Amino acid sequence: MTTTVPTTGGLDGADHHDPTAEPAVRITGLVKRYGTRNAVDGIDLEIRRGEVFALLGPNGAGKTTTVEILEGYRSRDGGQVSVLGVDPATAGLDWRARIGIVLQSSTENAELTVAELVHHFAKYYPDPRDPDEVITAAGLDEKRNARTRSLSGGQRRRLDVALGIVGRPELLFLDEPTTGFDPQARRAFWDLVRGLRSDGTTILLTTHYLDEAQQLADRVAVINNGRILAVDTPDRLGGRSAHQVRVRWSEDGADQERVTQTPTRLVTELAARFGGEVPDLHVMRPTLEDVYLSMIEAEPALGEEQS
Amino acid sequence: MSTPIPTTTPSSVAGGSGGSGGRGRRRQGARRSSALSLGLARAGLELRQFSRERTSMVFTFAFPIVMLVIFGSVFPDEIAPGVSFRQYFAAGMIATGVMLSSFQQLAIGIAVERDDGTLKRLRGTPMPPLAYFLGKIGQVLVSSLIQAAIMLGAGRAFFGLHLPSSPDLWLRFTWVFALGTTAGTVLGIAFSAVPRSGKSASAIVSPVMIILQFVSGVYFVFSTLPTWMQDIGSLFPLKWLAQGMRSVFLPDTFAANEVSGSWQLPLTAAVLVGWVVVGLVLCLRTFRWQRSDAG
Repeated sequence: MTTTVPTTGGLDGADHHDPTAEPAVRITGLVKRYGTRNAVDGIDLEIRRGEVFALLGPNGAGKTTTVEILEGYRSRDGGQVSVLGVDPATAGLDWRARIGIVLQSSTENAELTVAELVHHFAKYYPDPRDPDEVITAAGLDEKRNARTRSLSGGQRRRLDVALGIVGRPELLFLDEPTTGFDPQARRAFWDLVRGLRSDGTTILLTTHYLDEAQQLADRVAVINNGRILAVDTPDRLGGRSAHQVRVRWSEDGADQERVTQTPTRLVTELAARFGGEVPDLHVMRPTLEDVYLSMIEAEPALGEEQS
Repeated sequence: MSTPIPTTTPSSVAGGSGGSGGRGRRRQGARRSSALSLGLARAGLELRQFSRERTSMVFTFAFPIVMLVIFGSVFPDEIAPGVSFRQYFAAGMIATGVMLSSFQQLAIGIAVERDDGTLKRLRGTPMPPLAYFLGKIGQVLVSSLIQAAIMLGAGRAFFGLHLPSSPDLWLRFTWVFALGTTAGTVLGIAFSAVPRSGKSASAIVSPVMIILQFVSGVYFVFSTLPTWMQDIGSLFPLKWLAQGMRSVFLPDTFAANEVSGSWQLPLTAAVLVGWVVVGLVLCLRTFRWQRSDAG
């Protein structure tokens, strides 16, 4: 992993992480019950203005429930929630004009064209982006006059994103945005998200792709069984920068492997022993996925899934 | 996937109107559009979508005509002096057309939109809910007027239907049509809560409409139906709508053949207004933007 998302975007980047600013999202003690089970079981979370925040967790962990409470789609059973300084449970249309929501897959409005839909949705907002520029940014120029029925899955998804950002949201919710994308389309989509970020948009991303979180997120939270297990930058999550580096090489015709906290010293020793190049040398830090899986697996699964 | 997102993405996103950049870029004093203007925009969008769903549109408009042809050919007899069954049936199908383009269209259409996420997406925008309903009303208004025009034209050309001969009768047609459309619209919106999925919507709504047509005296002369069926039919708006249409399109002498011996126009108005009120209350109490399985 080499790409670090820059912490400052455009000229206005300096105020992205202004500690005095009201956070985009503040959650304390959030609880949501389905029957007797707590799908969300006491979550505390703060998402800063201007950051890309990724929420990771297995299906049924409480991700979607949490996000839908923030979006104002679901009620909560306990705790405090503030999104852009407003409680989503009682928020009105002026608040909705400040957020953008990209839901999971949808199939509607099959007979309308991309341009018709984006232009129409722009009318809902007080200060929309130029719909044609949004279509271009979403990579749908060639499909401008195509009916949505004829779009591929990935194109359909980019239309969803176009509709989510045309209102110039301060806070954008992206729910598994790149599911079903090919690698090239995902890269292009990541560029789009980075562009929004440098434009000052706060983004809450849920994803199953750990590399996506690594690429895009300033911070990630891992959620399981309705609780937050950890919140950190992708590089520091689970203390992975410091621990458990795996060094692998080839010696006496066999693969050798050692786990160490001091990989540089080990490699130096190996180099000295081999008098130069170490055959088949690999130095591997645990990936975000390794850390994530070890966190989830350390937890017993409770209850069933709640979509 | 064929279209790569252009690499110029960030700058083109950052551009846009206003263009001052940064978080404070929201234009000062920018106002949301009114529910009325958005309602008009939505009506335009709904109609555009409707007109592109060719099979559905053709079926909606052609169904009453096809039924007219079938029943008009099977039962060509006179049912009263100077009144053929064709004329009787044509009036009933005009009433049915009103319910098809209001009640059936909305009950199915909204159930599908709830199921496929259209409503949820709209709920996530600052679109005023009223704009959504105004859009639906606009769509119903335009399509039911087209429907009525087709029916009147076809009825006159092929089924011996006499168009209203006096301003009074046109006025009566107008209020019966308007009240029927309004009742069908609010009841259609309310009934859209019944189907549990978009796929089952037409399987649930269509039989309801067909049964209503039978017990409301559309397919058979109402006075010849068994009393219990008349009683059931009288509970629902289609019976009154059909009777009101007969009062417009059949000779005044036919009033004597109605069950009560008159056109019952004041009662018709009262029943339809009653259903509008019931429908409104149901809409307000039961309308959901999301599927019922979404807690």
